[in-house]
Amino acid sequence: MSTEKITLAKGLNMGLRRAMEDDPKVLLMGEDVGKLGGVFRITDGLQKDFGEDRVIDSPLAESGIVGTAVGLALRGYRPVVEIQFDGFVYPAYDQIVCQVAKMTFRSQGKSKMPMVIRIPFGGGIGAVEHHSESPEAQFAHTPGLKVVACSNPVDGYWMIQQAIACDDPVIFLEPKRQYHADKADLDDTATPDPLFTSRVVRRGSDVTVLAYGPTVKTALKVAEAAAGEGKSVEVIDLRTLSPLDMGPVYESVRRTGRAVITHEAHVNLGMGAEVSARITEQCFYSLEAPVLRVGAFDTPYPPSRIEEDYLPDLDRVLDAVDRSLEY
Amino acid sequence: MTQQPAGDGFGPDLVEVFGPSQQDGGPELVQLLTPEGERVHHPEFDLDFSAEQLRGFYRDMVLTRRIDVEATALQRHGELGIWAQLLGQEAAQIGAGRALRPQDYVFPTYREHGVAWCKGVDPLDLLGLFRGVDQGRWDPAENNFGLYTIVIGAQTLHATGYAMGMQRDGVVGTGDPERDAAVIAHFGDGASSQGDVNEAFIFAASYNAPVVFFCQNNQWAISEPIERQTRIPLYQRALGFGFPGVRVDGNDVLATYAVTQAALQRARDGQGPTFVEAYTYRMGAHTTTDDPTRYRLSDDLERWKLKDPIARVEVYLRRNGLADDEFVAAVQAEADDLGARLRDGCKALPDPSPLSIFDHVYTELTEELAEQRAGFEAYLESFEGARA
Repeated sequence: MSTEKITLAKGLNMGLRRAMEDDPKVLLMGEDVGKLGGVFRITDGLQKDFGEDRVIDSPLAESGIVGTAVGLALRGYRPVVEIQFDGFVYPAYDQIVCQVAKMTFRSQGKSKMPMVIRIPFGGGIGAVEHHSESPEAQFAHTPGLKVVACSNPVDGYWMIQQAIACDDPVIFLEPKRQYHADKADLDDTATPDPLFTSRVVRRGSDVTVLAYGPTVKTALKVAEAAAGEGKSVEVIDLRTLSPLDMGPVYESVRRTGRAVITHEAHVNLGMGAEVSARITEQCFYSLEAPVLRVGAFDTPYPPSRIEEDYLPDLDRVLDAVDRSLEY
Repeated sequence: MTQQPAGDGFGPDLVEVFGPSQQDGGPELVQLLTPEGERVHHPEFDLDFSAEQLRGFYRDMVLTRRIDVEATALQRHGELGIWAQLLGQEAAQIGAGRALRPQDYVFPTYREHGVAWCKGVDPLDLLGLFRGVDQGRWDPAENNFGLYTIVIGAQTLHATGYAMGMQRDGVVGTGDPERDAAVIAHFGDGASSQGDVNEAFIFAASYNAPVVFFCQNNQWAISEPIERQTRIPLYQRALGFGFPGVRVDGNDVLATYAVTQAALQRARDGQGPTFVEAYTYRMGAHTTTDDPTRYRLSDDLERWKLKDPIARVEVYLRRNGLADDEFVAAVQAEADDLGARLRDGCKALPDPSPLSIFDHVYTELTEELAEQRAGFEAYLESFEGARA
């Protein structure tokens, strides 16, 4: 057993490397992914080791990146494309929604789309406009796509490999604020949880807080703070946004009777709305309070000096936990 | 439209340099068979065609036209929801289609019925999409003919990516004619304005991908004339992207074959992309839902009728003793049989079951969809005489 302390960036880099070693059909493609190793260094060193044919610096055109990846997938490759920032995925939106998502269905399973579209998402890095967005609901709303969000280094290592091995197209969301933030112990001989599963990351009994990507860390801090006030918070990392894995959520909410969901995306028609609706449908008689949502306001992303006011933080989630408990 | 005055520091007027978007083909037009059926020669793209090859082109075009005519009639009879007609574009499609080798791969629009024919796709399979019983029922891998793409221009990027895959598979520039392969991307004059098409040009040029961009300039994007898409001849645009462009008489099957064949060979040899502008005319409507009398003159149509792609080949074949009444009648009989098969086959195409909605959304049914499917199935079965 070899255990190593790694960041999320390192975990993703190691996961990509291992996927490329395991399968010669895996290709990486994107802007600046070659010599530079990507603007966040997630592909650091991979072009040097796997060559320019497998780690492809692309022209600056997102639709072109995803559209050519469609062709590579049809030819039998497993392209992993990097969209440099969340706000730059929109030029590729047509290819993702009209082609990537529908190819398997259109062909009645004859053509598969084993493609991973990596998107660094979320805010809190002091960036200019278009660099801090959370577009997950737009993709989770699209049948044919699978959407996952990793929240920690160990998941980053395993989930990227599992997404690459998946024969369906996967939108892979990486919380960019976490890339270089925390370190965790990776045991690369462990058996990971299946990709499309949610996971209870802290046990509790009074209220269930649901989170994914960057807000998992927030939710864990909330649970810690609440514990100091004698409140027991259960935290679930959803991990998969499409399909949703609601089993552990229902089980938890039936015990606690209360649920709060938090994400960085806008609340209106966001993931929280869907999760809340499903909880209400399935756990109606167990609920002691309405399901509460804590996300960004329904405004465009603000200038970065006030982004922490915009994003859900410990206090706003804690406030929702209190409101749920007091209901 | 204001013209750029000369001598203003921005060089000469570009329309003067490149020519206008529409000038009835223009002097650059590659032609090997005139509308009158006269064989002419070209310094770069000339080929010797065997009698068998020429009769084959004729047969392909007659049968392709029959597929189109039958499908149009089936739409009028309510058997198809819509049909995208290719009338007038038979030479462009057969010339391009016959230039392909089995290992070459086609990315079509929704109008490439003639290319599908050349690639061995059963024409009956083309009808499913237009009847609304499927979204393309042929297996792309079986004939190296992709599914019809409805979003304008999106397939040019897929073609470029597929060609990049061929480069990585070592099937480009090996010198082995059985091995070396290329991709052809079909699109129209309207698509030339799309971002995806322009991005495909850039990616193909950047990676020197083995792809032929085959544009059928049929002069009309539904109701918009070519002048709305471009000020200069489309093939001239290729130079700006860094690869050659050629304008060929798209109603001349010989010239289209010769030019496409040469472009595909360049690609297979590893010399990168080529743009082929097949200059033709959409004799029919955009689709059966369209009414071209609202936006174009019948004079135009009459003028293009004189350039019919099939008539000129028949004239040439008869004049040179390569075909007689018997041959022409035999091809007509074959077309009649094909028409009958399409009529009967179309009506026999079964509606999919409502529960098939859930099939192949993903490679395996997800738990979420399995639940929805079970719920829908129970709902359907709750009706008397349930059909599920």
